[in-house]
Amino acid sequence: MQKEMAYSFPDEVLKHVFSFIQSDKDRNAVSLVCKSWYEIERWCRRKVFIGNCYAVSPRMVIRRFPEVRSIELKGKPHFADFNLVPDGWGGYVLQWIAEMAGAYPWLGEIRLKRMVVTDESLELIAKSFKNFKVLVLFSCEGFSTDGLAAIAASCKNLRELDLRESEVDDLSGHWLAQFPETCTSLVSLNISCLGSDEVSFSALERLVDRCPNLRSLQLNRAVTLDKIANILRRAPQLVDFGTGNYAAELQPDVFSNLAGAFSSCKELKSLSGFWDVVPAYLPALYSICPRLTSLNLSYATIQSPDLIKLVSHCPRLQRLLFLIQVLDYVEDSGLEELASSCKDLQELRVFPSDPFGVEPNVSLTEQGLVAVSLGCPKLQSVLYFCRRMSNAALVTIAQNCPNLTRFRLCIIEPKTPDYLTLDPLDAGFGAIVEHCKDLRRLSLSGLLTDHVFEYIGTYGKKLEMLSVAFAGDSDLGLHHVLSGCESLRKLEIRDCPFGDKALLANAAKLETMRSLWMSSCAVSFGACKLLGQKMPKLNVEVIDETEPPDSRPESYPVDKLYIYKSVAGPRFDMPPFVWSMDEAVKILH
Amino acid sequence: MENSVAYEKATELRLGLPGIDEPAVLSSVKNNKRPLHDEKSGENGKSAQNETAPPSKAQIVGWPPVQSYRKNNFQQAKKSESECGGIYVKVSMDGAPYLRKIDLKVYKGYPELLQVLENMFKFTIGEYSEREGYKGSDYEPTYEDKDGDWMLVGDVPWEMFITSCKRLRIMKGSEARGLSCSGV
Repeated sequence: MQKEMAYSFPDEVLKHVFSFIQSDKDRNAVSLVCKSWYEIERWCRRKVFIGNCYAVSPRMVIRRFPEVRSIELKGKPHFADFNLVPDGWGGYVLQWIAEMAGAYPWLGEIRLKRMVVTDESLELIAKSFKNFKVLVLFSCEGFSTDGLAAIAASCKNLRELDLRESEVDDLSGHWLAQFPETCTSLVSLNISCLGSDEVSFSALERLVDRCPNLRSLQLNRAVTLDKIANILRRAPQLVDFGTGNYAAELQPDVFSNLAGAFSSCKELKSLSGFWDVVPAYLPALYSICPRLTSLNLSYATIQSPDLIKLVSHCPRLQRLLFLIQVLDYVEDSGLEELASSCKDLQELRVFPSDPFGVEPNVSLTEQGLVAVSLGCPKLQSVLYFCRRMSNAALVTIAQNCPNLTRFRLCIIEPKTPDYLTLDPLDAGFGAIVEHCKDLRRLSLSGLLTDHVFEYIGTYGKKLEMLSVAFAGDSDLGLHHVLSGCESLRKLEIRDCPFGDKALLANAAKLETMRSLWMSSCAVSFGACKLLGQKMPKLNVEVIDETEPPDSRPESYPVDKLYIYKSVAGPRFDMPPFVWSMDEAVKILH
Repeated sequence: MENSVAYEKATELRLGLPGIDEPAVLSSVKNNKRPLHDEKSGENGKSAQNETAPPSKAQIVGWPPVQSYRKNNFQQAKKSESECGGIYVKVSMDGAPYLRKIDLKVYKGYPELLQVLENMFKFTIGEYSEREGYKGSDYEPTYEDKDGDWMLVGDVPWEMFITSCKRLRIMKGSEARGLSCSGV
């Protein structure tokens, strides 16, 4: 009977129904129902998300989805953020742009993460897509302000230009002046990553002036405090604002001007920036603090008392990022204050100001996090750097916050045991995975044996991403994770004694994941070759910058290994230090 | 697939806790960048890593996992905290007993900077060429950039240099020659 029903709806009706289905997962499910639904769905899919740019080729995407208007691509593995992926590894977007330029003339949105974007790519975007609206370059590199100038000049209806955390070759601040006077469409502009002193401020002011829909603006560090008021008065409708550097000699007129400008922004909910903070200027924010839901002070080198004073004015805070100062007195009290005033806190990130300092400075300990877990029952996402931890604290945190979906703990010194008992932290992390049933992302640190992986394999059923460093005793650890974590998509491991056994025994699992990264582990070249031969749906890539892996015995461990599922076969843009284990590809360069 | 105990021992990679007998094997602190734009692949005598001023403990690549833009931002904060707008960097010279500090923002380009260094430390810098670095003297001006690599002064455009330079070191003698001759 259901078959009849399917055929009784004209395509237009189905198309209309499908247009309400936005999530990729649902659309994929729809396309699997039957051949005609597959056909209808593929013609009306407008948005494509590709989590690994090498998992599929541009041509394949274009062939299946001919009418795409918005694309999101991710390139390098996550560990590239920490310099573990050598320069030149890959993630080039040019070929994608070139193919889409021909196939998707109406492409309006491009979102890229960890990709190499050249000026040539940007220029190609600028001239190929007449209806271009959104460009997000998240943690990208390879381009300069020349490329940005091309985008600014050509994209007449640009709504969003977001360069967050990207590395831009700052040749000149004048690219901003390339936005034509007729461009009034900007809604979001994030130039916080730019270094230049020469950001043409007058061009920026004029741009802000003529864009009445501007909701989100993040300035770069070069913009001085005295200029903030000018900008804010031109854009009182801002919802999300990032300052430049927040330092100046205290002058009453500058202060009152600034405070007045902030208070005129009635919609402002989110603040960031705050490089080089002069605490005397923080009270200028007090008028908007009661409305703030998100505060990013992770660059603000302010002391705990100033931080606390500010945060205590923000009872609605849901998201707080800040930088922990290495100080002589305990910072945990500050977090305790936070826990008592910000009951709605959902996300907390605490960054180290001195990650390489040798002194085990006790300015921030596990107590701070425990206090927040106690006081903020809505806590979902944690990123916490500290220098000591205990199983007891982790158990308490787990029990207080069963709704955690992301838990990333970095105990700065590798292999640090429970500071109270000197035991491994297996039980503590075990409690986290056991109590937090919706945990999707976990990063481990401290002294850990194979036991912690047993807990993770047993309880981490919803875990999608796991980061492991300096942990485990044997292949058993890796085996627990690969065999137990049903939802695992991304696994990244460094400096662990995991070798061939677990990997080969769980080879099929790798086809269900997006990717696996292993560096400085114990996987042999022979095992990599075997995987490459036996698993055609996987790309198995060995990275070694010192010498070709086949110049040593097969039993020798590889330096770095990156395995990902792909329907595109081995890639063609590998640099000399990356070897594909695909049988069809010559191993010797 | 080999399965012998010997194989396992051989392929075991472990980090020992301080005080334990096993030698600590840190993941090698690899330097991806060439210190010079040099086409000869000279012998990999000294990696630029050895020339870094000794840190208080050996640094592991990529640990703790803090993104470089965060590290860079904080470094710059430390510098410009007290001095509004200036780019102050320490200058050391091999053999000199103490360091100096200069404000890079004050100078308009390399010639001026090199002149100041020569005056400050009473020595002569050789002639710079893109291919061979500084010739004609025992001294070579080098700098540590944002990524922690040691580079030869003069290779990159001035604007790029002053924003990425963390500190200067005037190398002397064989070390200096090593930096300019080695390819990697």
